[in-house]
Amino acid sequence: MQALGDPTRMAIFERLERGPLPVGEIARTLPVTRSAVSQHLRVLKDVGLVTSQRAANRQIYRIDADGVAGLRDYFDRFWHESLQSFKQAAEKSFKEKIR
Amino acid sequence: MNAVATLPSVRHTVHVEAPREHAFGVFTRGIDSWWFRDHFLGTEPLQEVVMEPREGGRVFERGIHGAECDWGRVLVWEPPSRLVVAWQIGGDWKFDPDPAHASEYEARFIEEAPARTRVEFEHRLFERHGEAGRRIHDGVESGWPKLLAAYANLAKAG
Repeated sequence: MQALGDPTRMAIFERLERGPLPVGEIARTLPVTRSAVSQHLRVLKDVGLVTSQRAANRQIYRIDADGVAGLRDYFDRFWHESLQSFKQAAEKSFKEKIR
Repeated sequence: MNAVATLPSVRHTVHVEAPREHAFGVFTRGIDSWWFRDHFLGTEPLQEVVMEPREGGRVFERGIHGAECDWGRVLVWEPPSRLVVAWQIGGDWKFDPDPAHASEYEARFIEEAPARTRVEFEHRLFERHGEAGRRIHDGVESGWPKLLAAYANLAKAG
């Protein structure tokens, strides 16, 4: 699990295993800046290990219990790219047809 | 453990400069013309992707040596306006024949002009994979971690 390969990232992940937290709370208990924490959270979120929710005007981060969100994110990207490929193929073959 | 919470659908809209009939045809019968070549399940490199054009039709890949590997089934076949396909690939990247473990994707083809089609795409019911995925995970420690690692590599490459 490369996403957890960084010690700070692992520490953030372990904090979240105890319960959902906002960025500020995570940063307060670790010797890193708030913006560093945000960057690590982004990586964790990108691979579907962590998810976030807006509550009382701030983002609350939590562990994504079964990683299924990783699948959803994967498909979000996968279909975005595939549908562009489909669009190009459909437009190209239509142009050839009417030529 | 409680049932997995529902996950939001993946939704995308794409505009195609072609008539609806043409767009539907390329999306379905012509799936092989736009499918990314590195997305396949079998052990052989991908020869072609096939969608049988009817309700109940198979969606599958064929490898370069002829081995076939199922991906899903056509649930709704309404040319040229609507298609729904069951996505029966589990968290271990293998075909799962149980329809209760399948997510599904739908494509709607809406005519905006004689040669312009809006395609509204939705892939939904991911949580169905989750229930099977967790069992796979508990059993053999493969499945989701493998997926996440693959995704992480993909994200890095992108």
